[in-house]
Parts: sequence; C-alpha cells; structure tokens
Amino acid sequence: MKKHLNTLFVTMEGAYLRKDGAAVEIRHDGESKLRVPLHNLEGIACFGWDIGASASLIAACAEAGVAISFHNPHGKFMAATRGYTSGNVLLRREQYRRADHEPAAVAIAANMLAAKLSNSRQVMMRAARDHGDKSATRAFALSQAADFLAVRIGLLGRATSLDSLRGIEGDAAAAYFAAFPHLLVNHDPAIAITGRSRRPPLDPVNALLSFLYSLLMHDCRSALESCGLDPQCGFLHRDRPGRPSLALDLMEEFRSFLADRVALTLFNRRQLTATDFRTEESGAVLLKDDSRKAVLVAWQERKQDEITHPFLDETVTVGMLPQLQARLLARHLRGDLDAYPAFLSK
Amino acid sequence: MFDEDHLVAISALQHWLYCPRQCALIHVERAWEENKFTAQGRVMHERAHEGPNESRPGIRITRGLPVRSLGLGLSGQCDVVEFHTDGRVVPVEYKRGKPKAHRADEVQLCAQALCLEEMLGGAIEGGCLYYGERRRRTPVNFDHELRDLVTVTASSVRECLTTGTTPPAEYEPRRCDACSLIELCQPRSLRFRRGAAAWFQQRLRAAMATDVNADPGDS
Ligand code: SF4
Repeated sequence: MKKHLNTLFVTMEGAYLRKDGAAVEIRHDGESKLRVPLHNLEGIACFGWDIGASASLIAACAEAGVAISFHNPHGKFMAATRGYTSGNVLLRREQYRRADHEPAAVAIAANMLAAKLSNSRQVMMRAARDHGDKSATRAFALSQAADFLAVRIGLLGRATSLDSLRGIEGDAAAAYFAAFPHLLVNHDPAIAITGRSRRPPLDPVNALLSFLYSLLMHDCRSALESCGLDPQCGFLHRDRPGRPSLALDLMEEFRSFLADRVALTLFNRRQLTATDFRTEESGAVLLKDDSRKAVLVAWQERKQDEITHPFLDETVTVGMLPQLQARLLARHLRGDLDAYPAFLSK
Repeated sequence: MFDEDHLVAISALQHWLYCPRQCALIHVERAWEENKFTAQGRVMHERAHEGPNESRPGIRITRGLPVRSLGLGLSGQCDVVEFHTDGRVVPVEYKRGKPKAHRADEVQLCAQALCLEEMLGGAIEGGCLYYGERRRRTPVNFDHELRDLVTVTASSVRECLTTGTTPPAEYEPRRCDACSLIELCQPRSLRFRRGAAAWFQQRLRAAMATDVNADPGDS
C-alpha cells in the first residue's frame, strides 16, 4: 500500500497530460507546466471539459495502479480509465453472491449505514460541544437531531430488508440536513442551506458538498479497484449500468467525517464565502473556478490528518481510510472476518 | 500426470515455505506489492536472465531457461543452468541477501532440478545458490529429504490454489516485518478474526453512549 496518498488535481482547461519517462508531464499551450513522478502518485483527478491524456500515460498509470478520473468542472464524476481487470476472480464472485443474497447484503449495508449515522452524529455533538454555551437553541437542535440518529441506528440493527434500511437512512439523512444549518457558525444568510439538493445544488453549501463528495467518490472507487473488488456491484445501492454502486456504499461511512467536516471548516473559518459561488439562471449554484483550488487544498490537508484506526488500532492518515476499509471489506467477503467492521469515528 | 494448463509456479513453493498466507495472497488473490527487498531481487534476476549465453572451457551456460515437470505439476524458470562437458547439469539460482534459516531457496532450486531431470532424462545431483551478500556459491545437494520436501510442498500449494482459500494470518514479527505484503495482509488486524461483529456492536454502543457533555476525543 502506498503511504503517500497524493492525488494530482488538474483543473486547467486545455491541459494535456502525457507520459515523460516514469513521470506525468502536464502541458498547456505547447508549454510544459509540471512534471510529477508516477510513483509519488495515488491518483490523478481532472476537472474540466477539455483535458486530455495520452494513451501511453493511461497505460503507465493502469500498470502503476494510479487511478485517472475525469470530472466536469463542478466535480461530477464522468469517467475513469483502467487497465485489464486484475485481482481475484474468486473474490469478485463472492461479492456478487453476497450482493444477490439479501440477508448477507443487509448485514454489510447495515454496518455501513450504522457507521454513517454514528459518524454524522459525532459531527453534530462535536459542534454542540464546541459552541454549546454560545447558543442554547443551537445546542438543543443539534442534540435533538443526534438523538433522532441514535434511535435510527437502533432500527438499522433490526432491519431485515434492504428497503427498510434505505427507508431508515432516508429519514436520518433528512434529519441530519435539517439540522445542518446549526453546524454553520458564521451566520451568513447567503450561505444558508435548506435540505440537501443535488441535481442541481441550489445553495453554496450543497454546491460545495457535491464537489467534495465527488472527490471522496474518486478515492473510494480507486480503493475498491485496487483491492480487486468490483466498484459497480453494491450491497445497499442497486446496480445500475455505469453507476459505481459499491463505491457509493463505501462512501457512506466517510461522508460526514471527511467531506462534511471540510465543508464546515471552510465556511466557519470564512475561507469560502458567498462570493466564491455563482448562481445560474436556473437557480443552480456552482463553485467558481478559482475557488476550487482552496477546496482542493483543504481536502488534501484533511487527508494528511492522523488518527488511530478504531479497528486496526494503528496510526493512519485520514486519506488512507477508504483503502483500509476496502481491504477490510474484502477480508470479510473472503471469510477472514465475521462481519464488516465499518469505520466508526470517535 | 498434470496437464500444461494446471502447472503450479515454482516460485509459489518458495512463498509457501516462507508463509502459506503469503503464497495465497500472491497466487490466489493476485496481490503483489513491491518493496525494497523484492525490487533488489528483481533487478538482480533481470541481470541474471539478461546476460548472454556463454561458453567457457568445459561449460555451456544458459540463462533464463523455462522448465516444467508434468509429473510434479510444476513450471518455472532457471536463472542459470550450466551444462558441463562431462555430462553434469548444474542449476544455479541467484539470491539477494544471505542463506536463510528456512529451506525455501533450496526447495526452489531442487524443484528446478526435478523439472530438468524430467525434461533431459538424467539425474541431477546438486546445484548452487549464489547469495548476493556473500558473493559466493553455496552448493546444494539434492538428497531424498529435499526431494520429498519439494513433492510435499507442491501438493500443499496445489491444494491451496485449487480450493482458493487464503489461510488466516498469524503475526510473527520476524517473518511479517520483512514481508512485502504486510500492508495488504494486515496480520495484526486478524487477531479479531472471529470477533469483528462483536467489536462493531460494542464500539457502536460506546459511540451512542457519548453525549454532548462527553470529553472531546480526537477526530
Ligand atoms: S505479513 Fe506475515 S502473515 Fe501476512 S503474508 Fe506476510 S508473512 Fe504471512
């Protein structure tokens, strides 16, 4: 496993990526802009409509296990390149078998969702603690939502079908996003959020969350690919051609811990303000091109944070979490572990 | 007799003797991580294989010779095989480092010899291991004991590959800390092998028990 989780982000329209020896070279307008050795990279994520990569670079990346993904300028995942399917066919067969067997799928999905809800709850309680005395209303609203989530976690443990899991999760997500405004401490009316909107995002918070989730998605998908799992075959998310359902499953436990917390930090420290977003005629809100950089920097910094992995009991960087959890999932599918120990933050 | 489609790589025997789990991770799960040690080993092998075939008085030297045995169901490649004019055939294998406590290197060399015996139709009494750190040859005698070890190991490996099961990890510092697969294998996490479900429930309950007044933990 690579220790350095460095993702190269390419945001310059018109950039062209090519292989230069054992490095990737970024060219623009016939000029060389940057050269990075491939062995220093975990992934390359391109954000733009007009960014290209040479076939020889794509082949070298496939061989070196460096994921290249293409996103639109707002972060929406469009495509990723890969080499021949590698890894273990027996593992993938087992993955399909469990996905087809409802009780097995429920057991895995329930742990992923319990972790998701628990981690969201931790984010809320943390905020309630940090600012509790400043506003009693806030602390009250947050701890109420936290209690609501705690009850849903109990229900998850008793659910016997994927549909009931999805129902519980839907309620919990609605409650979480209803309380989300209380997590934002810099009361800027321009940065309000009213529930989660995705297609398209209708406010700056949603625009930023969508962008961060697409970064998280890139990491989860690469993590699954690199341990031989099929990112398209999920347990909770149903198969749909082209949809990386297992990557969406794996993302659940990290959404609040990784992405939401980065978003909150950026807004609460006023590193991002309403001027970093623009509104289209349709009401869709988008992160401005120049502001994406600040987000990418904050994201990379968050990935460098160190924590003690709750199950492995080892010091790891936050950026390693998708890799580690994907491996634990593979271990569970192989029968080494009697359950999938989803990531539970403290 | 095995057919050509079902031959086991000789290198798998060596991995098996180092650690059965390592063997399964590499040959069943197709996991491969290169670390400093394997990279050095690979460079050395490339050199051993790349050199030209040469003749010295009394010896013809062949490098990178592919071999197989349908009787044992093995296939692999010899770093170097010396064909002496007196009829002796001597396989030589290049190794990084120094002679080791386990017999994996000898088994690998002997497996090559058994393949050569089947293909050439004669007896091979011994070969040599060349250790990079010592810069000299260690002769290996292919006695009954070693030949039996090759046979037994080959059948254990075959069974593992056929059933596709990966043996659980047992963390042994001396072995695991030098293992290139330690990050993939996570041998220490497997101490919870049968207890992941219990761990998760207990940890979840603990997380539920914390409330807004609790001590702020790390992230
Ligand atoms: S880390 Fe230890 S148990 Fe795991 S494969 Fe390597 S030697 Fe075997």
